[in-house]
Amino acid sequence: MATKNADKRFTKEHEWVVLDGDIATVGITDHAQEQLGDLVHVELPDLEREVAEGESCAVVESVKAASDIYAPLAGKVVEINETIVEDPSIVNSDAEGEGWFFRLELDDPDVFEALMDQDAYDEFLETL
Amino acid sequence: MALCPTEFCVAQNALPDDPTPAPLHTTPLDRWHRQLGARMVPFAGYAMPVQYDLTGDLAARCKGGVMAEHLHTRTHAGLFDVSHMGQAMLTGPNVAMALETLVPGDIVGLKPGRQRYTLFTNPAGGIIDDLMVARLADDRLFLVVNASRKTIDFAHLAENLSETLTVMENRALLALQGSEAAAAMARLSPEAAALPFMGIAAIRIAGVDCLVSRSGYTGEDGFEISILAADAETIADALIQQPEVVPIGLGARDSLRLEAGLCLYGNDLDELTSPIEAGLTWVIGKRRKMNWDFPGGRAIRDQLDNGPVRCRVGIRPDGRAPARGQTTIVAQDGTEAGVITSGGFGPSVNGPIAMGYVRKDLAADGTRLNLIVRGKTIPATVVPLPFTPHRYIR
Repeated sequence: MATKNADKRFTKEHEWVVLDGDIATVGITDHAQEQLGDLVHVELPDLEREVAEGESCAVVESVKAASDIYAPLAGKVVEINETIVEDPSIVNSDAEGEGWFFRLELDDPDVFEALMDQDAYDEFLETL
Repeated sequence: MALCPTEFCVAQNALPDDPTPAPLHTTPLDRWHRQLGARMVPFAGYAMPVQYDLTGDLAARCKGGVMAEHLHTRTHAGLFDVSHMGQAMLTGPNVAMALETLVPGDIVGLKPGRQRYTLFTNPAGGIIDDLMVARLADDRLFLVVNASRKTIDFAHLAENLSETLTVMENRALLALQGSEAAAAMARLSPEAAALPFMGIAAIRIAGVDCLVSRSGYTGEDGFEISILAADAETIADALIQQPEVVPIGLGARDSLRLEAGLCLYGNDLDELTSPIEAGLTWVIGKRRKMNWDFPGGRAIRDQLDNGPVRCRVGIRPDGRAPARGQTTIVAQDGTEAGVITSGGFGPSVNGPIAMGYVRKDLAADGTRLNLIVRGKTIPATVVPLPFTPHRYIR
């Protein structure tokens, strides 16, 4: 399940980001999967794709509806998690762990620090 | 990601003339739903449960969520609050003949204790709404119409008929659906459990006066129970005390009806769609085909004789990606083929399913089509409806 990682950052669009060097791992938050309900389909970006911050680059479909996933930071897609394409329910069961979506090689790793930390994201959720 | 709790409502209630105005109406079970862990969303102007986060005894039967609720209904039984729907009594000495001036169904031939699915048609042959009509007595018809259309329907009835229309605003409507619905009902009322398919009767259940019919909107056997608003919690509690039953939200109601190939007004039916195009020719009574004396009768007859331009069909997209309502359908030669009107994921089918309207020449089962989903082409096949066989009691 979700581990409260001090080095994890969040967006208001309910993505989480973990940075390792200049590689950012991106997924959707546990709150997001909970709100979406049972996921039935995931579409991930093509490898090598250059994405701008805030660009729509993946899609999750629940039984009810489709939702866009935005790139939290600018960079190049260097890895995608094919296992969640085969079994989208992994995102429901472990959104902030095994259910990661893609890895980005960031154009500017320093912007990571500007994203919300866990406390800020939790506070943000309180306002919704 | 944009998390929109009302996505369901927006997708399923996309009537251009219905902006889902606030404040929302509530059903008599509003508090009951919230106590059971419902997630409430706006739908047709009502706060409705879209799915439940069940706890305690109910969670032991079904964990809740659209997928689990859908599957539970098919394998056991589910309780749906459909109190947002419009209920009305139409009375008068020639009430059946009068209603026949507005619908293509055989209402005169409907025996007391029986109900029938029919349509309000407009002069152009389009569909104003689909509804259930029950004959309670020679001079009394009970109508159940869609929530999103009830204001229009009741005005239409009042304008065109001199019979007495009594809108029953103080009533709730519950649906018990599923392969074990009858087993659950039998413990509360053997009389209700013995109703034939599309039968209806006034029956006392748990000390409450109910109007019970053997019908539903899931493709499964089941019942619809009309009661006074004040009695809604008593009946709902009595039903979920049965070990087969859990409460089911609108999310699963939609996926169940889609698998059953049943139309949702506003998605699959509208004022520009005829019963022939919709594949609902069977609702036109045999006797009514002698005179075609209902609104749009002439246009509908022409369409039946000459064939409609487009037909409602079942569609199976290849792969796993659902194709939602409003998805464009293209023929293999690149020409425009039609549009999906309801689409999503079928939990029992375990794959994406859809219904839509396609050109007549592309409507044959097995026809290969292309769907344009987010700019990508997804191949799909025309398939027979329903996706999941109906299991009505016969």
